[in-house]
Amino acid sequence: MPHTESHPDFLWRSPEPRSSYDVVIVGGGGHGLFTAYYLAKNHGITNVAVVERGWLGGGNAVRNTTVIRSNYLWDESAAIYEHSLKLWEGIQEELDYDVLFDQRGVLNLAHNLHDVRESVRRVNANRLNGVDAEWLDADGVAEFCPLINTSRHIRYPVMGATLQRRGGIARHDALVFAVARAAAALGVHLIQDCEVTGIEVEAGRAVALETSRGRIAAGRIGLCAAGHSSVVAAMAGVELPIQSHPLQALVSEVLDQVLDTVVMSNAVHVYVSQAHKGELVMGAGIDPYNSYAQRGSFHVIEEQMAAALELFPIFARARVLRTWAGIVDVCPDASPIVGPTPVENLFVNCGWGTGGFKGTPGSGWVYAWTLAHGEAHELNRPFALERFETGALIDEHGAAAVAH
Amino acid sequence: MLLIPCPWCGPRDEIEFRYGGEAHVAYPADPPAVDDLELARYIFYRGNPKGRFQERWVHQQGCRRWFNLVRDTVTHEIAGSYLPGQGPPA
Repeated sequence: MPHTESHPDFLWRSPEPRSSYDVVIVGGGGHGLFTAYYLAKNHGITNVAVVERGWLGGGNAVRNTTVIRSNYLWDESAAIYEHSLKLWEGIQEELDYDVLFDQRGVLNLAHNLHDVRESVRRVNANRLNGVDAEWLDADGVAEFCPLINTSRHIRYPVMGATLQRRGGIARHDALVFAVARAAAALGVHLIQDCEVTGIEVEAGRAVALETSRGRIAAGRIGLCAAGHSSVVAAMAGVELPIQSHPLQALVSEVLDQVLDTVVMSNAVHVYVSQAHKGELVMGAGIDPYNSYAQRGSFHVIEEQMAAALELFPIFARARVLRTWAGIVDVCPDASPIVGPTPVENLFVNCGWGTGGFKGTPGSGWVYAWTLAHGEAHELNRPFALERFETGALIDEHGAAAVAH
Repeated sequence: MLLIPCPWCGPRDEIEFRYGGEAHVAYPADPPAVDDLELARYIFYRGNPKGRFQERWVHQQGCRRWFNLVRDTVTHEIAGSYLPGQGPPA
């Protein structure tokens, strides 16, 4: 079993930035860190820096609700998310770090006839793509997760659910520590407190970053800035079809273990799991308005709690410990953009929206390949920026499971 | 929760409204003449500034009329609202 050494003084170095790197990644979240790690490990490219405006593990990497699954509808999504899930299944051994990856299953509830049809269709699509998926009727849901109120007399009765048994959760901050440590050990520079203020473009080619810690030249630049993707891409004159929204989440006080699976409901906008430490972790739908504020409106939390209590009457006396929001980068088709931009040597990885955590290993893996080869890998080629011109969208609003 | 000044009804809670995204997105003057890139920009690309933003809201639970709002996307501070067809307040 992987293990963590007891209380190391530090997990990674904090070097001064060099004047130049082969690859610079903008954004030290899960996607950026995994990209740096796989650049070094899979492609032998170790002259790499990750520049992070804040600190590692301060953004969406630790603001998400840690749900991991791969039960997406379309072939392109199933391929990339399943690739990611398979990487998850070996991540603890690979990184020699216990990230509490726990395949406790993910239920996606159906509350109306449309949900049922969409869910059954998705289960069938998943199976054709080699992704494990089952359809449970209401009795099956009651048997699998007795805590859920499956009464026919609630406002939005549970009519069934999809179940992906290989889905689950992991401890998100541990994942950040693990990947950062592994990347740093391979020679990657992790440069925190380093804000990108400009991108130098010469004759249609990105050559360097202006940062709060000086100019950093780069052979290739990989943007990985999640909710701030529009802001950094604009520095190179690149526009993205991204809207930034707050996505709120909360935890309860620490409780005894009562919920041993992940329950998500698209229709009533709540998803719930219980952390190993004991807090109930719940997320909501996005706040409707554009925002960079990392906070949302309280009525969204109220609605989410109402839905949670209807589904789980046992939670009625649990108290909210804290709420927060992350800024999610939402694409019109609820699928990410991973690939080249119109500016040479400038690449973008964004649009993971409300579900990026599950994708971090797979995203980093394909993005590293893309940055190493200068073109998209087979797995992320469909997720090109050009799809908004060609019309080859990958519409995952159903499987994204959070209202956009 | 935002307190949104509907230009017809006055200040109301955010829950009475629905969001309409960026304001002043013009329909292409000659739709058959636009190429794929321009069409993609019209359909899928919207401003996403960090700071002042002109956006549309509809007072869904009130007068059910559309209007524009100037709001800061970092502080959520609202600078004012104005009627469709008008320019933003200075």
